[in-house]
Amino acid sequence: MYGSAYIDPNTQFEGYLAPGEDPALLAEFEARIAAGDKIEPRDWMPALYRKQLIRMIEQHAHSEIIGALPEGTWITRAPGFRRKLALMAKVQDEVGHAQLLYNAAETLGKSREDMINDLLTGKSKYSNVFNYPAMTWADSAVIAWLIDAAAIVNQLANSKGSYGPYSRALDRICAEESFHLKYGHDNVVFLATGTPKQRQMVQEALTRWWEPIMHFFGPPDNVSQHTEVLMRWKVKMDTNDNMRQMFLNMYVPKIWDLGLSLPDPDLRKNEETGKWEYTEPNWETFKQVINGHGPCNAERLAVRRMAEEKGRWVRRAILKENTPYAIPLS
Amino acid sequence: MEMTERHVMGLIEMLYKMADDQLIIGHRNSEWTGLGPILEEDIAFSSMAQDKIGQSLALYELLHELGEQDPDTVAFTRNAEQFHCCQLVEAPIGEFDFSIVRQYLFDQAEALRFEMLITSVYEPLAMVSRKFRGEIKYHVMHGKTWIEQLSKGNEESHDRMQQALNAVWPLALGMFEEGDYEKEIAEVHIFAGEKALQARWMETVVPFLSSCGLEIPAHSDAVLGGRKGKHSPELQPLLDEMCEVFRIDPSAEW
Repeated sequence: MYGSAYIDPNTQFEGYLAPGEDPALLAEFEARIAAGDKIEPRDWMPALYRKQLIRMIEQHAHSEIIGALPEGTWITRAPGFRRKLALMAKVQDEVGHAQLLYNAAETLGKSREDMINDLLTGKSKYSNVFNYPAMTWADSAVIAWLIDAAAIVNQLANSKGSYGPYSRALDRICAEESFHLKYGHDNVVFLATGTPKQRQMVQEALTRWWEPIMHFFGPPDNVSQHTEVLMRWKVKMDTNDNMRQMFLNMYVPKIWDLGLSLPDPDLRKNEETGKWEYTEPNWETFKQVINGHGPCNAERLAVRRMAEEKGRWVRRAILKENTPYAIPLS
Repeated sequence: MEMTERHVMGLIEMLYKMADDQLIIGHRNSEWTGLGPILEEDIAFSSMAQDKIGQSLALYELLHELGEQDPDTVAFTRNAEQFHCCQLVEAPIGEFDFSIVRQYLFDQAEALRFEMLITSVYEPLAMVSRKFRGEIKYHVMHGKTWIEQLSKGNEESHDRMQQALNAVWPLALGMFEEGDYEKEIAEVHIFAGEKALQARWMETVVPFLSSCGLEIPAHSDAVLGGRKGKHSPELQPLLDEMCEVFRIDPSAEW
């Protein structure tokens, strides 16, 4: 699920060609991308391209494992065999995505261990949505439907990106995500058409999750030189606002069809422009959460840290020295 | 020999304990999701958990065909004293050493149990056993690979494996607690019985564990009672969690 390729608002870019980088190589690199070629691990690439991709793929990978936590707590509570089996398989897929993505980032020269360490120290981020609690079973249903749906919008765009291992990993991930989305949708439909208690649960969950969902694609992009360069290099494939519009267009009607309401009285499609109008979510909150002050940041990292601590003796007993070059899994 | 009521009761008793074992161990194994020592183990434990829960479902369906309630009702509405699982499967996941030793010892017994059941005269059970055997083969392989690597990894990991084995062994012996109808199900060739299974299991696990440099705990008494509804204090909280949503409204469709 879970990638969200917004550029961290804290990120500062320097010039996009590092000192000593050959403009002729850059021209060749850009020509290949413009022609639709994929860049492979051992090809020349600008340092900024490598850095931005590592950041993005790593953030996506972290989101998969951290995202397994709020949903994972519902595996042991899922009502009935059908849901229990489906949710187990879904969360397992997400962890599998992390495995694939850590590997894709490793092909760019950063080890999984270093990435996990940066996650634990807070140096590298994961998708903000997982800093919110999944309070009821219905929250897990809303996550599986709408967060996965939002992620698909994002990942389908990014799968057309220029870095081979990431783009191929995303093709595989999107195929699995589409099953998750069906699972989530089916789950929400059962709740929305179920008993009054079930309807209430799902409506409350949706209301809780609306702002995080609106945050999911990131704040409106600044029109900066860097955004422009990253889009030319096919690292960033579309603007945050465009992706949010695509999501709203596909899913708001489906949500309303189920008789559920969204906590934004101004949400409507402007038939003239074809665009959705909505109340801007609070971007200050978004920034606060990214910077570690969301309702669950501390808890998520504490759980991850505990797992890392408890597993250390196992890794020490079996793991070999890192090989310098990671063979792409995708 | 003709099947009497006692034979059917024996069959039902056996199916319940097998299904309950699978459900509870599957539930426990699923608790590793997100918490494994390496990502690959989150994935492996989740796979095994899915197989186990799937197997328990198949066994509850066999029970349903014999007149018991539907699988969701049976799994999600009973209290601890109505469960027939052994205490081995109830124990919390603990650290990875405990979980991996339990996984191997349990799955090796399951592999042998289902191999024996392939020739059961109760054809529906023989049929699912054939299917399960293919799945459990990989679970056993998983457990063996880890036990071997960790026993031979370094001093710390070796010590941990030995301590885990010491802790798990009496619980594991409790898997073979006999039921009230051992004679009946054996005489009509539904299942040769727990004693026969335990003998085969000992012949398999003892040489393997010894080859890993582990000592089998001597004078260890089996932890019994699970088959008769006597459980550790950990089972009821597990069930409370498992049934939390289902019990909001058992008549609702989820």
